[in-house]
Amino acid sequence: MTELRKRGGGGADPDSADNISDKEADGDDRLGLAGDAEGECDGDSKADTPDYPLSTADTDNTPECLNKALEGLPPRWKNYWIRGVLSLAMISGFFLIIYMGPIALILVVMSVQIKCFQEIITIGYRVYHSYDLPWFRTLSWYFLICVNYFFYGETVADYFGALVQREEPLQFLARYHRFISFALYLAGFCMFVLSLVKKHYRLQFYMFAWTHVTLLIVVTQSHLVIQNLFEGMIWFIVPISIVICNDIMAYLFGFFFGRTPLIKPCVCVSHAPQLSPKKTWEGFIGGFFATVVFGFILAYLLSQFQCFVCPVGFNSESNSFTVECEPSDIFVMQEYTLPTVLQNTLTWKTVNLYPFAIHSIFLSSFGSLIGPFGGFFASGFKRAFKIKDFANTIPGHGGIMDRFDCQYLMATFTHVYIASFVRGPNPSKVLQQLLLLQPEQQLGIFHTLQSHLRDKGILPPAAVQAE
Amino acid sequence: MFCYGYIRIVPFQSQIFHFFKFFSVFVCLQGSDNELKAEKEGVSDSESKVDSGVPEVPVPPDDTPEVLNKALSGLSSRWKNWWVRGILTLAMISFFFFIIYLGPMVLMMIVLCVQIKCFQEIITIGYSVYHSYDLPWFRTLSWYFLLCVNYFFYGETVTDYFFTLVQREEPLRILSKYHRFISFALYLTGFCMFVLSLVKKHYRLQFYMFGWTHVTLLIVVTQSHLIIHNLFEGMIWFIVPISCVICNDIMAYMFGFFFGRTPLIKLSPKKTWEGFIGGFFSTIVFGIMLSYVMAGYRYFVCPVEFNNDSNSFQVDCEPSELFQLQDYFLPSMLESVTGWTTVRLYPFQIHSIALSSFASIVGPFGGFFASGFKRAFKIKDFANTIPGHGGIMDRFDCQYLMATFVNVYIASFIRGPNPTKVIQQLLALRPDQQLYIFNSLKAHLTEKGLLPALEEAAAA
Repeated sequence: MTELRKRGGGGADPDSADNISDKEADGDDRLGLAGDAEGECDGDSKADTPDYPLSTADTDNTPECLNKALEGLPPRWKNYWIRGVLSLAMISGFFLIIYMGPIALILVVMSVQIKCFQEIITIGYRVYHSYDLPWFRTLSWYFLICVNYFFYGETVADYFGALVQREEPLQFLARYHRFISFALYLAGFCMFVLSLVKKHYRLQFYMFAWTHVTLLIVVTQSHLVIQNLFEGMIWFIVPISIVICNDIMAYLFGFFFGRTPLIKPCVCVSHAPQLSPKKTWEGFIGGFFATVVFGFILAYLLSQFQCFVCPVGFNSESNSFTVECEPSDIFVMQEYTLPTVLQNTLTWKTVNLYPFAIHSIFLSSFGSLIGPFGGFFASGFKRAFKIKDFANTIPGHGGIMDRFDCQYLMATFTHVYIASFVRGPNPSKVLQQLLLLQPEQQLGIFHTLQSHLRDKGILPPAAVQAE
Repeated sequence: MFCYGYIRIVPFQSQIFHFFKFFSVFVCLQGSDNELKAEKEGVSDSESKVDSGVPEVPVPPDDTPEVLNKALSGLSSRWKNWWVRGILTLAMISFFFFIIYLGPMVLMMIVLCVQIKCFQEIITIGYSVYHSYDLPWFRTLSWYFLLCVNYFFYGETVTDYFFTLVQREEPLRILSKYHRFISFALYLTGFCMFVLSLVKKHYRLQFYMFGWTHVTLLIVVTQSHLIIHNLFEGMIWFIVPISCVICNDIMAYMFGFFFGRTPLIKLSPKKTWEGFIGGFFSTIVFGIMLSYVMAGYRYFVCPVEFNNDSNSFQVDCEPSELFQLQDYFLPSMLESVTGWTTVRLYPFQIHSIALSSFASIVGPFGGFFASGFKRAFKIKDFANTIPGHGGIMDRFDCQYLMATFVNVYIASFIRGPNPTKVIQQLLALRPDQQLYIFNSLKAHLTEKGLLPALEEAAAA
């Protein structure tokens, strides 16, 4: 089963053979790790003996029904079937929650985030044997709540401006939001300082830093995913599908045509084996082209539906979410003249495309070229800390983090891409800010805007109005 | 350490000796942690058994300038230390005044240099702890990440505050329009380089240094960026908080020196409750007085702006309401005591009470944090940049939280959004969105009665 995991779906599966040799030849014993504090200097193997109750990555929690159904098959096929069934289940789950709408999506993103956080923190506990440290579990969860409160508060204030203005307590919370979040964070910080225990200073600082880096990775990514979602569900669906497709396609191409290994370490250590030895150039390039085509087709299909394309708005009267609007320019079919090269081969002069399909090419390229680095990062992380999977939540696949490691960078890239190339600032947010200004400042802006609009010809000139 | 070096109860006989030292104490300001650290090492011996196998971080050599050494060669080593600390303290405070005089641009440069030095100190500690100084690429990558994050933050600041200058110059305009994308691309390059540089035997080390770099960036660079933001609000928002923290240190030390009895926290055994409370009250008084003095000058009070025509910074404006004297009615209790019915204050002084309270009550936690950090990693000082005081981080550890607090305070209680920024965003919208906002704004202003004339003219 572990052998098969190595070749599994393009994701970041560590090579177990390498793990064993790592233990023997580990050079990290020079570290003054708390885990090695007992003075032992040979290898991390002792440091990793989990005293955290039952490292979940080692137990098999395949459901009983699947086990029974696949009793007859040899273990190799059984593993393939389990992975296949679970993959189908996850993809169906994905479609189901898309169907259920934006609020369900937000809740799912939040649950995934909490689970990822818990998985990474648990690894930290295991590595540092710090499960019994006073306060630390409480503090980690408390910091997660604070940071989430800060981010979700900003989102709610932006997108549900009308709702917030109506309710009095919400208005107060929105106005002093930053201050309240900061005060909450400070309380956590002071609790940390007060909880420093003499013999455990270093451990506690490590866990503090570990928590913060995890928050930085997990919570900011999930927040950006939600912001992409609010731009329109297509900005959520297409990037995630691209990453999934790239994984699957790279795996398939590698399976059938794979020959040349992909990633080599830094040239100065020539005798060390590679980080992900099962990745191949054929898989990489095949996956790239297949993903670009897939992204293009998917973008074309989804751009036609208003429910995917429109920004999620909150309707104050009906107190519900609406996805109805006039589709913006990028989702309106336009004609493009083909460059002469393609004209000769295809005998078409022009082609009708959605501009979004062009954007999807960039998203696909990023997902295929840079996305895998997120996978390598997670792979290196797992090798560094000698774990096979982040957890064992999904039978056959590992933890939630294993499925989402390539998505890290994609969400940030999509967000930055939207902010830079697609949309300007959010008009309701700008209006909110306007209303917060001093009256003289508002007047000043009013006049500036008036002259600007007149210059552009959108407003009739002043001479006409004054008469 | 910058903060608090209170001394506990002293025998009666040596009270006179301490009074004798009063003058040098007054001059020496910051805590005598350096002297007493030799004793602290004994305290932390019992920790060393738990962390055995952890090599000591090499202590940087003593680099007191030769001239000082010669001048003080006659005195005993204890006095010599006091004098060195005293002279350096005076030098630092004079330098502080000097750069305030030089203006906002210089201040920004200084903040940037301090930030770089703090980053370098913390990263060096990381290297020493993990013996990772020889790791391939890592020094390069740490500095590269520092550059990226600084580019991102300073780019955002420049775009906000120098909007017109940026719009004028063509290359700057492109850089600012795609700023986020460029910063992200730079960061990604660093990330990919990190992944490619992973070496088999050193995975864990490399991940540790990666995490260490990022946490350091989070602490050091965001704080310095917020300081610059505060500076642009008006130099008074930069000077008063920093002075409050410095004053709190000094006052708490003095109160602890003379009256200290009850220990405050196990983490820093030299801190006392008397010092803490005495420092609290004296910092509030100091803050009120300093604000009163500073609020009278436009130079300190006005937001720093960039004048397009003269291509220079100016601090000239109509002071906002915060900085205009107003009458406040005293509560009757104080009326009977002082015999005044009303008192003229700047509203800013009321705000300064909040700032001073934070500096006295929560600020020290930053100091305890740094103290715990130093104990955790068995270091005496962050570095030995300033003779007698330690590294730059030792001086700035209590300032961490203060800068963030001031920024959040300003954003929540003082000012609304920046009008120039709002105009920027407005002009970036689509015409139909602009028209929509224009109409909403017009309706709002008419409701408020600010636009009666236009309405009548249009209706006519």
